[in-house]
Amino acid sequence: MELDELIETFEFLGDWEERYRFLIDLGRKLPPMPAEEHTEANKVRGCMSQVWFAHSLRPGTPPTLEFRGDSDAHIVKGLIALLFAVVSGKTPREIADSDIGEIFTRLGLENHITMNRRNGFYSMVERIQNIARQELARA
Amino acid sequence: MSGYDLARVRAEFPILRETVRGKRLAYLDNAATTQKPESVLRAMDGYYRSSNANVHRAVHELAERATGLYEGARDRIARWFKASREEIVFTRGTTEAINLVARSFLAPRLQPGDEVLLTGMEHHSNIVPWQLAGAKTVAAPVNDAGELVFEEWLKRIGPRTRLISVVHVSNSLGTVNPVEDIVREARARGIPVLVDGAQAIAHLPVDFPALGADFYVCSAHKAYGPTGFGCLVAKREHLEAMPPWHGGGDMIRTVAFEGSTWNEVPYKFEAGTPDMAGAIGFAAALDWIESAGLQAIAAHEHALLEYATPRVAAVPGLRLVGTARNKGGILSFVMQGAHPHDIGSILDQEGVAIRTGHHCTMPLMERFAVPATARASLAAYNGEDDVDQLVAALHKVVRLFG
Repeated sequence: MELDELIETFEFLGDWEERYRFLIDLGRKLPPMPAEEHTEANKVRGCMSQVWFAHSLRPGTPPTLEFRGDSDAHIVKGLIALLFAVVSGKTPREIADSDIGEIFTRLGLENHITMNRRNGFYSMVERIQNIARQELARA
Repeated sequence: MSGYDLARVRAEFPILRETVRGKRLAYLDNAATTQKPESVLRAMDGYYRSSNANVHRAVHELAERATGLYEGARDRIARWFKASREEIVFTRGTTEAINLVARSFLAPRLQPGDEVLLTGMEHHSNIVPWQLAGAKTVAAPVNDAGELVFEEWLKRIGPRTRLISVVHVSNSLGTVNPVEDIVREARARGIPVLVDGAQAIAHLPVDFPALGADFYVCSAHKAYGPTGFGCLVAKREHLEAMPPWHGGGDMIRTVAFEGSTWNEVPYKFEAGTPDMAGAIGFAAALDWIESAGLQAIAAHEHALLEYATPRVAAVPGLRLVGTARNKGGILSFVMQGAHPHDIGSILDQEGVAIRTGHHCTMPLMERFAVPATARASLAAYNGEDDVDQLVAALHKVVRLFG
């Protein structure tokens, strides 16, 4: 799903309950992360619930990034799915140069997500940016 | 609930008139911190408006007023615990009070391998300070209801036990521990005892001399008082024998480069300009509890817990964590298919404030094999409407995640 499409859907959903339901459904549809990738090293710090991220580089010219992730909280899984929808299939350069954190405000999530969780969201954004930068440096 | 005027109690807490997310606020996060009544806000505001000056050692009128209020607060707090004023050491709260005892009382008596006996339901603040002091921490088990297994606790008192420390009321489960029995057994063996009263003082009377514990610690903010203030209640003989731990102003008698001497107790432990407004606010909070009636508050909270427990437990897929027979107004729970943080987020949208997480009791979470719980906790101003709002929101969680 593209960002504009997501925003459109979100705006269409009226109240917070429908938006939450949408987020939870997005999280449910997140492809399962292999058990062996639930490692300490893959853990994203700064989140109130447990979050794991892993990635791989899909060969191509230029190569693109694929992400896998999981959380023990549904709403967080929904946020992960939102982020992945925006960054998956993009090149490290595209991700490193874009402000992926802006989707949070563009979706109007600040009205629905408390500060603690917002910080967790930005920890996830930072992890994605770091992955992209590392891959750039390696290329 | 006859004789308890909930509307009047509520009217004294201005924050309860707030709306959150466009909804009526159901504040059920009282074990984290309670709200403050007008009288506490007025006492603290009034102090700064008409009496603020640094206490002790001054010869001007304002300083005398400030000292009078500040030391008056010490008398008030001492009276609450039926202790003498020399037995009240002001701290920043429960955590600092435990650290003081760990550093100044326990550490000097410690040999390698010496132990502090705890329970499996202790707050991190009643675990880590002992470890930092160099003690080995031993914990007695908790049963499936969240009660201390007393016989097992007894068995863990050994020749290396240098101190026993126990939470009076568990912040995660609400369990009220048999502190009288614990103190009796400890004293029979000559082992000093500390009781962590953070969750207790706003709900239970504490008679320090009758209890016979060596140390009792608490925080003002969990008892309708200000944050950043609390106290250590300690037997005077211990305070006399303990070395000071923080150096600076107010704790000294004389200072010379060859060596300094210390002020008398309790000032020996109160370095630096103290939290005058905090002390005054705490005293006002205790006055407030007394005027509302501690027994009446306790009876009200107990009745509300009895009202809430079956209603919360009846929510599909919900499991209560902590079902002790003797229990304070705390409902900790987990729900099938929803992480505690998911629960907290949905409840927040419905105007219900609860806490989610490990509640600084990671070993206890491990014991119950949960990563975290959702916790609703009651106070004097809560009513059946708050519980109804909570239960309705929990049913919404079921609809969303079920």
